[in-house]
Amino acid sequence: MASLHASQIIWVTLRLGNDVPLLAIEGLTKSFGALVAVGGVDLSIAEGSIHALLGENGAGKSTLVKMLYGTLQPDAGRILIRGKPTVVASPNEARAQGIGMVFQHFSLFESMSVAENIALALDHKPTPDEVKAELDDFVERYGLSVDPDATVGDLDVGVRQRVEILRVLLQKPSLVILDEPTSVLTPQEAESLFGVLRQLASEGKSILYISHKLDEVRALCDDATVMRHGKVVARTDPRKESSASLARAMVGSDVSEVSRKAGSVPADAPLVFELNQVKYDPGTLFGMSLKNISMRVHSGEILGIAGVAGNGQKELFDVLSGEALVDLDAVRMDGHPVGSHPISRRRQRGAAFVPEERAGHASVPAMALSENALITRKAPEDGTLGSLGVMKFSAIQKLSSMIRDAFDVRSAKGDPAASTLSGGNLQKFVVGRELSRDPKILVVNQPTWGVDAAAASFIRGAVMELAEKGSAVIVISQDLDELLQISDKIAVLSHGHLSEPLDAANVTLEQLGLLMGVDPTANTSEAAVVERSDAA
Amino acid sequence: MLLEGILVTIVGAATPIVLAAIGELVAERSGVLNLGVEGMMIMGAVVAFGVALTTGNPYLGVIAGGLAGIAMSLLFGFFTVYLASNQVATGLALTLLGLGLAGLIGESFVGTPGVRLEAITIPALSAIPFIGPALFDRDILVYLSFTIVAGVSYTMFKTRIGLILRATGENAEAAHALGRDVRLIRMGAVAFGGLCAGLGGAYLSLVLTAQWTEGMSAGRGWIALAIVVFATWLPWRALAGAYLFGGVIILQLHAQAFGIRVPPQAMTMLPYIATIVALVLLSRNQAVMRRNTPAALGRAFVPDR
Amino acid sequence: MQLELFKRDAPSGKMLVAAPFMALGLTVLTSGVMFAVMGFNPVAALYEYFIAPLTELWSVYELLLKAGPLILIALGLAVCYRANIWNIGAEGQFTMGAIFGSIPPILFPEWTSWTTLPTMLILGMVGGALYGGIPAFLKVKFRANEILTSLMLAYIALLILDYLVRGPWRDPGGFNFPESRNFSDEQSLATLEGSRLHFGILIAFAAVPVMWFFMSRTLAGHAFKVVGEAPRAARFAGFSSKTLTYAALMFSGALAGLAGIMEVAGPIGELRPTISPGYGFTAIIVAFLGRLNPWGIMFAGLLLALSFLGGEAAQITLGLSDKMARVVQGMLLFFVLGCDTLVRYQIRLTPNPKATPVATASEATDAA
Repeated sequence: MASLHASQIIWVTLRLGNDVPLLAIEGLTKSFGALVAVGGVDLSIAEGSIHALLGENGAGKSTLVKMLYGTLQPDAGRILIRGKPTVVASPNEARAQGIGMVFQHFSLFESMSVAENIALALDHKPTPDEVKAELDDFVERYGLSVDPDATVGDLDVGVRQRVEILRVLLQKPSLVILDEPTSVLTPQEAESLFGVLRQLASEGKSILYISHKLDEVRALCDDATVMRHGKVVARTDPRKESSASLARAMVGSDVSEVSRKAGSVPADAPLVFELNQVKYDPGTLFGMSLKNISMRVHSGEILGIAGVAGNGQKELFDVLSGEALVDLDAVRMDGHPVGSHPISRRRQRGAAFVPEERAGHASVPAMALSENALITRKAPEDGTLGSLGVMKFSAIQKLSSMIRDAFDVRSAKGDPAASTLSGGNLQKFVVGRELSRDPKILVVNQPTWGVDAAAASFIRGAVMELAEKGSAVIVISQDLDELLQISDKIAVLSHGHLSEPLDAANVTLEQLGLLMGVDPTANTSEAAVVERSDAA
Repeated sequence: MLLEGILVTIVGAATPIVLAAIGELVAERSGVLNLGVEGMMIMGAVVAFGVALTTGNPYLGVIAGGLAGIAMSLLFGFFTVYLASNQVATGLALTLLGLGLAGLIGESFVGTPGVRLEAITIPALSAIPFIGPALFDRDILVYLSFTIVAGVSYTMFKTRIGLILRATGENAEAAHALGRDVRLIRMGAVAFGGLCAGLGGAYLSLVLTAQWTEGMSAGRGWIALAIVVFATWLPWRALAGAYLFGGVIILQLHAQAFGIRVPPQAMTMLPYIATIVALVLLSRNQAVMRRNTPAALGRAFVPDR
Repeated sequence: MQLELFKRDAPSGKMLVAAPFMALGLTVLTSGVMFAVMGFNPVAALYEYFIAPLTELWSVYELLLKAGPLILIALGLAVCYRANIWNIGAEGQFTMGAIFGSIPPILFPEWTSWTTLPTMLILGMVGGALYGGIPAFLKVKFRANEILTSLMLAYIALLILDYLVRGPWRDPGGFNFPESRNFSDEQSLATLEGSRLHFGILIAFAAVPVMWFFMSRTLAGHAFKVVGEAPRAARFAGFSSKTLTYAALMFSGALAGLAGIMEVAGPIGELRPTISPGYGFTAIIVAFLGRLNPWGIMFAGLLLALSFLGGEAAQITLGLSDKMARVVQGMLLFFVLGCDTLVRYQIRLTPNPKATPVATASEATDAA
């Protein structure tokens, strides 16, 4: 895993004769203010190869590919396409050079049709109707079926990604960049994506595959470049590495992960939280309504809710937290009906909540950490408020620094704005704010999404510790590995339906994947088959 | 005869609102909320009046009115699009500045009879009973208002430029990621809005009254803004909405002719009340509303550097 | 070359203070140029605008008299704008406050006890609050945009006032002039000996520290800021956006209404078709120039009052149009908003990336 210098790459390339790499980058650098996001990165991708770009959240992968695609301009270094130095001034130019990009957060237009979305990305300026004709060929060749007239906002995440991929394929690229493509897919969907990518590689197209998931990189890629803190730390053939060795290269140290012991919940643990046949229609554009959801969570138990994004996670969280109100009896805490009680009253009963979006929902980005602490810590026992709601600044500051110390929140000195913290540190602050209340019930949505490995491991540990102290915990997550690691039971949310909970110790990825991919409303017989096979 | 007369006056009352609304509709479809319509309109009115008066040529007045609207909108666009300033507040600033500037420029025009933009009669069509005189014996701005609405509707939904415009208003980040110059597109849309508002203003001072009075836009720019919402950002519905408004304004004038005794202030109030009622009625239509509202409306876009 | 914004890591504290002054400087500069273009000596004109009104005591009183309503209204608007609620109909709430507050002196002219004036002030606040409550109701209940409804209501309020003073409330002994009867001493605010300055101005200035404390030291003030910055976080915190919408609009309405009744029970002394030189709209500028901060609003209110007086002074001494004052005010708001960008961004001119060798790019395509 020795790293190579640019000169060495060129030398190696020369020695191999006319085997010029499709793409080579030399010393590419990009800074944002004081932060060096990408610092002198070299990389080369051979024609027809699948090249992995590995790295944690915040390692600089996305910044790097944005420069390749022309949405950012490098401060230094150069990009060579088939050996020619090239300035990629804009995405249009990237496409003209044969570079296509599948974005992590899809760059789709929700209220427009599939055909319109695709037409927008094509530089030969077809009308949406002409796109439909072009589509057929690709749909057939790669088995990526999609209705060109459907409105994108109505589509499942997996289908949306298909739209993104088709959009790139119609550009007839020689290099396809995919940024964390499987983070929103079921295992089965991911497997079929790999099939498409292998087919593309066999047709001579190169693929730059950005991920932090080691198993899939080992299964799919020919080469790997590992980045950490904006620098290349290793180049390797991932098929010859173990997940552990890749992880060490990526994180820079061994990450210790604690797993939940099976059967750690006593059989007679009291029921703390229940949902009884909740029906809820968010009434928003492209929202998912919840259909008859029931769940029971006992003291000391962690219930994982798996599912692909957009299947009702946001809505379920709102119902659990009281940001959306339902029938009084539909939600019970400690036996008390609270379904129509707003979030503050549920907090008074000892519940705590961590929403998915840390900036803007869990916190106010422009406000100081202390002001953000106050958002959920204004109950009398927090001691943050005097009479007539006058804020006690010293108490608020003390609370805020207690949270920052206890949860290892790294930030600028003083009382910085939430927006200045990295994703992982802000998430630790938000989680810490809730956990330091010693809640009896914790509901957390995507606890480690977009968070670096060390912070993620810390957060998972803290959540498990809370359960050990006897709290009931509900974790909604797209990350199946995470759920398998920390949950006692896992239920799957799909199209607004929640499956029966399965024992986390015995369930397999495939079983969960099948439940995630099924639409219980669309095809009841298929769902029934899956459920029966699970029961068996 | 009365009905024919009513139709003629409705077109007159509606045309400036149609023009201002269709321009604002395009700007909003690109994601920019320009609350300065009133300011652009009144500047269009005073500049059109002044140029027509000094040159004696009302057509030069029309062009100058449109250019004045564009100039005002570019000022707004520079601040909101390139400096990412708050769109709501900057729009208010544009209105305040426009009203002040127009008052200043127009001070010497007060009481001066202006130059009227004459009608261009379309031979056969103008002879059609009822709608003939109302629609085909009019000045160029009336014809232009229909042409622009048709053109915008076609461009927005049938052409690539329209597709890109809508995409920018829906998700500016994604449009940028695809390589579209979001800020240039928005500047263009804002300038089009300025042009139309300026033409609407020109209609006020060259056709509707052919004189200059301070504050003669009388909230029409704001009503145009409400019409855009009322029309759920659809061009032909904006035209229909403006004509509905024209109808309300004219019917209250004719109400007195029918001997209905109401204080004149209540009559003057009618368009403002109608605007509020229109916004309230719209709430029954949340589904349509959500589908068509440009999702990025009012949010500044600053590309990462 | 292209103008580009570079996001700062954190808002610049220096710029936070400097931006309003930069805006003021740009306004003075631009208006100086405009004066010169219009054929006036820019130095003389600027002196008349910004300095002359401060050189005589009576005109300082007038300054305070004009600053009072501006500050009072802007303090209320700042609460709305913090909460991202765009009340631009303060002129209407001001008018409605004046109308409600004038009920005792006009309909019950014989009632002249010491309770009359306080009743009038309270009624003024009630009138303004109720009128501000209408756009709140329409927003909460029907999701109607408060920008448009509050402004439409302002037009309507002005017409209601016009109707009242020309119709039912016209002074029977007033020779058919569109005016109400004059308020008696018990129905008016006491004035400072020999000036029009009344003690209501003290209320406006006293409101500044109160509002500062409320907005920066209480949970309720915090709630307005949270809902304005991040509405989802406000919901998560348990703040009701409906309650906050009503509270912000009715509170700012009450302050505008108070300013309205104080204007008619003070310097004007009766109801007329026109009772405001556009205080409700100018207060929007005051709120932004003061960065929505009560202390800033106090200074901004004084400055904008100065521009009103300066406009009058320049008209008398130089023959400069009084319309110029509104142009200066409009420019000031523009520059304030533009300079605000510097708080969050650095502005740089950058070369266009396409200016660098494009030839290599096209060569590469040829080779392919």
